[in-house]
Amino acid sequence: MPRRALRSLVFVAIVIVAFWAGVAAQRPPTIAAAANLNFALNEIKDRFVRERGTPVEIVFGASGTLTRQIQDGAPFELFLAADEAFTSRLTVAGLTRDAGVVYALGRLVVFAPRGSPLTVDPRLDGLARLVKAGKGALPGGGKFAIANPDVAPYGEAAEAVLQKHGLWDDLRPQLVLGDSIAQAAQFATTGNAIGGLLAYSLVVEPGFAQRGTYALIPDSDHLPLRQRMVLLKRASPTATQFYNYLQGQTAREIFRKNGYGVPPVAEPR
Amino acid sequence: MDWDALRVSLRLGAGTLAVLLPCGIWFGRVLAIRQFRGKSLVEALVTVPLVLPPTVLGFYLLVAFGARSPLGQAFQTLVGQSLPFSFQGLLLASAIANIPFVVQPIQRGFEAITSDVRDAAACCGLTPWQRFLRIEVPLAWPGILTAAILTFAHTLGEFGVVLMVGGNLPGQTRTLSVAIYDRMQAFDDRSAGIMAATLLVIAVATLMLTTTLSRQVSPRRG
Repeated sequence: MPRRALRSLVFVAIVIVAFWAGVAAQRPPTIAAAANLNFALNEIKDRFVRERGTPVEIVFGASGTLTRQIQDGAPFELFLAADEAFTSRLTVAGLTRDAGVVYALGRLVVFAPRGSPLTVDPRLDGLARLVKAGKGALPGGGKFAIANPDVAPYGEAAEAVLQKHGLWDDLRPQLVLGDSIAQAAQFATTGNAIGGLLAYSLVVEPGFAQRGTYALIPDSDHLPLRQRMVLLKRASPTATQFYNYLQGQTAREIFRKNGYGVPPVAEPR
Repeated sequence: MDWDALRVSLRLGAGTLAVLLPCGIWFGRVLAIRQFRGKSLVEALVTVPLVLPPTVLGFYLLVAFGARSPLGQAFQTLVGQSLPFSFQGLLLASAIANIPFVVQPIQRGFEAITSDVRDAAACCGLTPWQRFLRIEVPLAWPGILTAAILTFAHTLGEFGVVLMVGGNLPGQTRTLSVAIYDRMQAFDDRSAGIMAATLLVIAVATLMLTTTLSRQVSPRRG
């Protein structure tokens, strides 16, 4: 019936206008953060918001993906990377206020979910045994999770560790690459992979304690994960406040509690 | 449940419809009625977004309109805002991706009107506008309705291009489908599950609506 149809069209138009009108509210500053910070940074943010009363919005992703987005014009005001290479790329491109500051030192763990045939140890002997026994293949056609080395510094570190132990070539066909370290952790902690090389900060979370076992990888086995943050040129006062807050005592304690090393106070700016 | 994301999704769906439906009705009608050289090429171009991976569209949009491209910089100085990583950019991407979903059903709708009907209407002394509004649109209505609902539903389900061009910004470009991915990555399965169920319900409901409405509208008009 055309008339009824017309009426429904008018209804649709009203809905459209209503949604259009409800836009344009002022958004809090948006912060880009490496995925390994998922738990620690949310905790710090909650403290910051409680103390200062100004909200900030955090978007998590792989450092490389976020760098690319910032270069393409994404409206982030502060960027917390998982290493120094990506932030320095932005600094060289003239997109940041200054070279920024190292706020945390990342650590890698080998993780095995509950019921996995993998036993974890700092030297990756358990993994080497499995690879050797299966002539490269993992039991039950299993997969081993790391983050994509091209976009995620934790993936790059994982690759270095596997290379060092001579496992990279054999294990390569069995690797499943997460878009970010959080996705790699998702694969491993849900048991969809028999294990993985993950960020310590993600598995140290109390909620993960019963999901599996892990062992810290010596930080001499890979290039250090010196996590640097930079304020971007468009940073608002709130973003700057948060940047300073991240270097304060409260933030440093939360970082430490979440498995990060913290740099000695006042790293060069 | 991320209400902001639901709002962005609905706005994107409604916005895509608002942009595409008028153009689609005009263009679908042209394709249905006119014969011209190169029509098959035009029809192929209209269909291309259907078979192209979203990453292709995302790539071109980022390269053409990113902050590093001359076009993107010009746009930035003119409008004072960048196209990628903004709702407007998302709307553009979504409009392009949905062209086939709008044009094809509408074209079929107008094709179903025989030229006799059009001639008769002209003989009755109706002006072209009257003919269009009083005769053609009501007859092509099932096609137009299908196009509208399909486009809306497809926009809600859009993922790849939204993630690439939109960049997951809360309240601006984080749609429900991206929010599910985001929550998964944040180990928040509960929220992801609720949002996934929401999208599933919306999708089934819209498709049921299409079949019910087209059954209601079409039988006597064929």
